[in-house]
Amino acid sequence: MSDLTGTDRAIRAMQRQPHFTTSADRGWGQRFRLAAEDMREGFMLWRLSWALGMSDIRLRYRGSTLGPFWLTLSTAVMIGSMGFLYADLFHTDIHKYLPYLAVSIILWTFLGSLVADGCTSFTAAEGLIKGTRMPFTVHALRSVFRDVIVFGHNIVVIAVVFVLLGVHVSLYSLLAIPGLLLWLIDGFAVAFLCGAICARFRDVPQIIASVMQIAFFVTPVIWNADILSTHPGASLIIRFNPFYYLLEIVRAPLLGDVLTYGMVGKALVVSAGLILLSALAFARTRGRLAYWM
Amino acid sequence: MTHLTAFNISIDFPLYHSDNRSLKKSVIGAAAGRFGVDQRQRPVVQALRDISFTLRSGDRLGLIGSNGSGKTTLLRALSGIYQPANGSLSMEGRLTSLLDPSQGMNMDLTGRENIKLRGLFLGMNSADIARLESDVEDFAEIGKFIDLPVRNYSSGMVVRLAFAMATAVHPEILLMDEWILAGDAAFMEKAKRRVEAMVRHADILILASHSSGIVVEWCNRLIWLEHGKIKADGKPLDVLSQYLPAEQFKELVAAPHTPLSVG
Repeated sequence: MSDLTGTDRAIRAMQRQPHFTTSADRGWGQRFRLAAEDMREGFMLWRLSWALGMSDIRLRYRGSTLGPFWLTLSTAVMIGSMGFLYADLFHTDIHKYLPYLAVSIILWTFLGSLVADGCTSFTAAEGLIKGTRMPFTVHALRSVFRDVIVFGHNIVVIAVVFVLLGVHVSLYSLLAIPGLLLWLIDGFAVAFLCGAICARFRDVPQIIASVMQIAFFVTPVIWNADILSTHPGASLIIRFNPFYYLLEIVRAPLLGDVLTYGMVGKALVVSAGLILLSALAFARTRGRLAYWM
Repeated sequence: MTHLTAFNISIDFPLYHSDNRSLKKSVIGAAAGRFGVDQRQRPVVQALRDISFTLRSGDRLGLIGSNGSGKTTLLRALSGIYQPANGSLSMEGRLTSLLDPSQGMNMDLTGRENIKLRGLFLGMNSADIARLESDVEDFAEIGKFIDLPVRNYSSGMVVRLAFAMATAVHPEILLMDEWILAGDAAFMEKAKRRVEAMVRHADILILASHSSGIVVEWCNRLIWLEHGKIKADGKPLDVLSQYLPAEQFKELVAAPHTPLSVG
């Protein structure tokens, strides 16, 4: 074992807390303490989460020539074909509509994948959960990272559309970055909340998928919110639509549209609610998740 | 100081996906059965009941018992995977558990990629990961297969890789399930030497096995689990004398054994 001593010393130095205790559930104090501990340990392993997310994408496209750029290509084809069709149907100028559609669809795809992958964040990691003691945070981060990687490939399409149609981009667009960071935090919260609920109730992923389908149509993604100004009753569907506020805080800066404080405030309220719920759900279910696999 | 203490550990498995009412009937029906209800009247399988023991450096505990007696569940609980329904567990020392050969491995990734992920899990930097990789490669001796997806391996090769990965980082507490016996004789000998080296560093081994020969050679303490409870706890031969039928025990004692040399 002499050849191991180098590695061994490194491991000893790295694992600062070889002490481990667990006990039966002792109420909310212990639950929150353990959940916080899980997150601390999980964030320290972010490189593992990233590598797992990368390997998910690589495996999906192993053996294919274009690899993950199939994502870019299929998104481009969809936006190209939809753009010309709907621009005609809505009697809109393609130069205005195509950038709007490209940004909207790609952002919505990202948002939708954060929710869909969030639902399977724990059930998809069954083997790891039952095989070793690993912070659950690693699995939640993994699903967020995987969606970020896919989103990264799709951004190319936005860039190409903007260049081809000569869309004016200013520094104002950088305001989309804090919005996207908020999405990452929300996506992480969703991976805990939906991941835990879906691990316990196996019908919920299907229900959430249907809800997201409806949300896609009632949220201004392929149509513009402006057309609701003549339908006062219909404007309710965006006023009480949390997806609208979240989408708008990233989309408006990218398209050079005005972003109001009200909009940002509502997006923050929605996120705060989500984070609170997910913290409660994770603290409550953390000790039970392995039993539900 | 490496130690592991289990205090009154009980584990219940919830039965969410079965019919409550018919289960209640079976609870009444089967007196010796392990179906029950928890505090909130939900049906559960009582997988473990009031398991207590303490292990210190140098202890090599064997777990024996029939199928479904709770051996694997106990290993999972000791690994910290299942939060117990009752009782507590405390330990000092880095723990590695080998519960299932493919555990924690992604079957679609190559052996090398799996080693890299394990290294990241252990919080290693790239230099340490490279060292881990070459060490595992040397020990597992699976040749070119290391660069093929794990699903193309034979079960013996998966065992070699998993054992090499788990022991390469020198755990202070090693938990193993019986599948390690899937290795061939040459590999078993090698594995035994590696465990010997581990135990020589005053560490703890917990091994669940059906093979009396293996537990006699590897362990210095034995716990016999029956229906999720400890039925006997003591020196291997003492416990085996109760556990095994008389003539099998006689054969076992007569057969030559080479205990782990940890002196």
